[in-house]
Amino acid sequence: MRRTTRALGGTQGTTGQLGQLQPGVTLQDRYLILGILGSGGMSSVYKGRDLHFPNVTKLVAVKEMINMAADPTMYEMVVRNFEREADLLATLAHAAIPRIYDYFTHESSSYLVMEFIEGKDLEAILRETADFIPEEQVLSWAFQLCDVLSYLHNHQPQPVVFRDMKPSNVMIDQHGQVRLIDFGIARIFQPGQKGTMIGTEGYSPPEQYRGEASPAGDIYAMGATLHHLLTRRDPRAEPPFSFSERPVRQVNPKVSPELEAVIEDALSYDPKDRFPSAEAFKKALLTSARQTGLLSSAKTASTVQPKSDVQELWSFECEDEIRGAPLVHRGSVMVGCYDNNLYALDAKTGRFQWKYATEGGIPTRPAASDSLIYIGSEDRRMHAVTAERGELIWVYYTEGPIRSSPIIYEGHLFFGSDDAHLHVVNMASGQKAWRAEASGAIRSSPLVAEERVYFGAETGDFYCIGFRGEQKWRRKLKRSVTSSPIMVDGLIYVGSMDWTLYALESEFGSIIWRFRMGRPTISTPCFAEGKIFTGCADGHIYAIDARTSHEMWRFQTEHQVTSSPIVFEDSVYCGSVDGSMYCLDMRSGRLRWQFRTAGPITGTATIANNTLYFGSTDHRLYALLT
Amino acid sequence: MSFLKGIFGKKEPPSPDSVKTSPLDPRSLTLGPGRRSRRHVAIGTAQSVGVERNHNEDALFVLLGNAEGLNGLLDFGLFVVADGMGGHRAGEIASALSVRTVAHRLTQATLLGLFSNPDSDGDTPPLQDLIRSALEEANQAVVERVPGGGTTLTAAVLVGGQVTIGHVGDSRAYLISDHRTRAITRDHSLVERLRELGQLTPEEAAAHPQRNVLYRAIGQGANLEVDVGTHPVPWGSYLLICSDGLWGVIPDEEIRDITLGASDPQIACEELIRAANAAGGPDNITAVLVHFPAE
Repeated sequence: MRRTTRALGGTQGTTGQLGQLQPGVTLQDRYLILGILGSGGMSSVYKGRDLHFPNVTKLVAVKEMINMAADPTMYEMVVRNFEREADLLATLAHAAIPRIYDYFTHESSSYLVMEFIEGKDLEAILRETADFIPEEQVLSWAFQLCDVLSYLHNHQPQPVVFRDMKPSNVMIDQHGQVRLIDFGIARIFQPGQKGTMIGTEGYSPPEQYRGEASPAGDIYAMGATLHHLLTRRDPRAEPPFSFSERPVRQVNPKVSPELEAVIEDALSYDPKDRFPSAEAFKKALLTSARQTGLLSSAKTASTVQPKSDVQELWSFECEDEIRGAPLVHRGSVMVGCYDNNLYALDAKTGRFQWKYATEGGIPTRPAASDSLIYIGSEDRRMHAVTAERGELIWVYYTEGPIRSSPIIYEGHLFFGSDDAHLHVVNMASGQKAWRAEASGAIRSSPLVAEERVYFGAETGDFYCIGFRGEQKWRRKLKRSVTSSPIMVDGLIYVGSMDWTLYALESEFGSIIWRFRMGRPTISTPCFAEGKIFTGCADGHIYAIDARTSHEMWRFQTEHQVTSSPIVFEDSVYCGSVDGSMYCLDMRSGRLRWQFRTAGPITGTATIANNTLYFGSTDHRLYALLT
Repeated sequence: MSFLKGIFGKKEPPSPDSVKTSPLDPRSLTLGPGRRSRRHVAIGTAQSVGVERNHNEDALFVLLGNAEGLNGLLDFGLFVVADGMGGHRAGEIASALSVRTVAHRLTQATLLGLFSNPDSDGDTPPLQDLIRSALEEANQAVVERVPGGGTTLTAAVLVGGQVTIGHVGDSRAYLISDHRTRAITRDHSLVERLRELGQLTPEEAAAHPQRNVLYRAIGQGANLEVDVGTHPVPWGSYLLICSDGLWGVIPDEEIRDITLGASDPQIACEELIRAANAAGGPDNITAVLVHFPAE
């Protein structure tokens, strides 16, 4: 198979079979080879001494390129191209460009004799530093690189394209000045066979793979070089053209957002979207440096203030904290409260309709059939009341507080209790159909699908049981499972107090993946567009790829997130213990708005008729127009 | 474990073209309309050195399990395709070594685990992590033992109705059904990357001189990033895993038509290989086809 993959560190590669010049060899009776500086592909660079200066040691760099062309015509063409390029380089005069002293061709090799530069290239500098290179330092090199590119691109009669900007081709000399050491002259000697790369993968712009070399390509490669310097992430070890997938600040948050944005522009796929010139690139770098105070002390704040253009439709005050989730049913919004009452309010106006008193706090979400509302309470009972007036129809007793919200499935309510049982109750009669024992309290709301029930227990056991109450499988997780499972395409997603979100295969319970967070989670995940959203006590709202567990984004709130996110259209809504309800862009995790309440929000929101309903521990139920 | 050693200890890879022996029509082998309690997946495999090559650098491994009974397991399986590269036989050694390493690791870690107590604990590493580390182990083995060699590798573990795929390089896994054919792996090739970015049209990509340049493969450095993803496989669909000797030579529509048109996955696989060879057979060809019957 004629295939190649790129190898890292090509300059360290050997060209053994090609035979490098040994120290002591003299070329043209003039250049004494002292040693090798580097080699790669069909070329090598040697340190040499110019013997025309017998009284002083004049050092030179000798670049040797091997002409592999077998056909005499091709061989001649390669030599002619080489001489033309060498002539061009010899006319360049810029402080950052090494002087060309001489060139010649001898047998199967052509040689370029250049100024010898004492210093280190940026690749070596990266290798030898342990920490991130400071932004100021990178900027000072960037300004110089822009200057030399600007010189090359404005060269008359034709612009000169450097073609091969990358850390190993940028030297920092003993005076701290930038020097471009390797013009792409070696490419003339690269045989055009299948599978050979043009330029350097990782730094070259996409259009270069169509054979286009332009000043815009140098700008891209310089952006790639700066990206590598600031992030220490070698683009040769990443998919090509994937810089936008790892923004600078994601790797190195110390870099200013301004500089990150400039580099992002330079790295645009389309040359038209990049800076039109090296001058424009430099100007943008200067502006970013001024904004961040690296150039002047005038520091301008640029933090984005979150919009709070969300409109409160109404709010309703209860007598205690609301920790459960509301339910909208037949134009009413129902919510349980720690004042023991289930409230029914007009969904449009917030007008009080009725309340039903249980004998315990209500941490659960109500469920509704046509005319009945079901609510579990810490008074150990499941209550069924009329939707119309809140009149009691039946009560079902368990032996522990109910903190698991009821799920309706084929005429039955499924819910857990702190009495360590899953209860299945006939909705019409309130009679027990069956119950299944677990190893501990069940506070997670069950998931009922395909004749199976899935739920977690406070002991950390996660259960799958059949419709006759028989256990199909059980998986022991390390800590409590208070989060309620969801199922998407045969995978179950559930969080645990062991700081982990799990994806379990529904038939066997095999763990397909797990996603580790910074603290325990009791938030119930939610799914949309291939992503799982969940909250965590580490203060973040996460978006995770459902199939691969890759983190797509995370949003930091100011306190724990125990409430569960919901998705409506392209927004994620989630409350935080910091007291705010957040609305985030589902795709990017960017904040759309933030609505502050006077107490931690631990319950989950619900949305109906473009209105978002949620309770807060400030005793209020809020209705916001989205 | 000795039977595993028997499988994995083998030094000589099986002759790739042994499948060319004329196959029996599988329908003649069935034992009549036996009553089965549930549907079972069926597989076919085929491999060919191709027309233009004289040695085979592709490697494949297939293991399928069915179980019945009250607490019977659903079907489970492991399917691996690798396409080696590198001169002096390095390519075929790299692909064979990688397949053997991955098959060994995953059979032990995932499939045998299914037979153990279902009340297993949360310390079991997730399937995706196991697959990722199996490919990393293969990478380590190739880096250390096969200098100059590399390989693509696509490994699929079937558990229940979910297939979890670990993937590096440009072999492909497809899900094929009546209404949709899609690759569920992403080629780690320069040209595919350019195509994703809109820099090349699919036609330009198909003819690009650098279409064989990979940016990720096993054996190309100490750090390997593996793509791992889990996909539901609906009943009535097919999972195809193949090397670029198949997908790079015949169009996706033809792959789909042959797959859906054949009476059996084994016959479909042989048809696919025949079609690729008829189209020039420029490369080694490997195909594994898993059928999830509708009824």
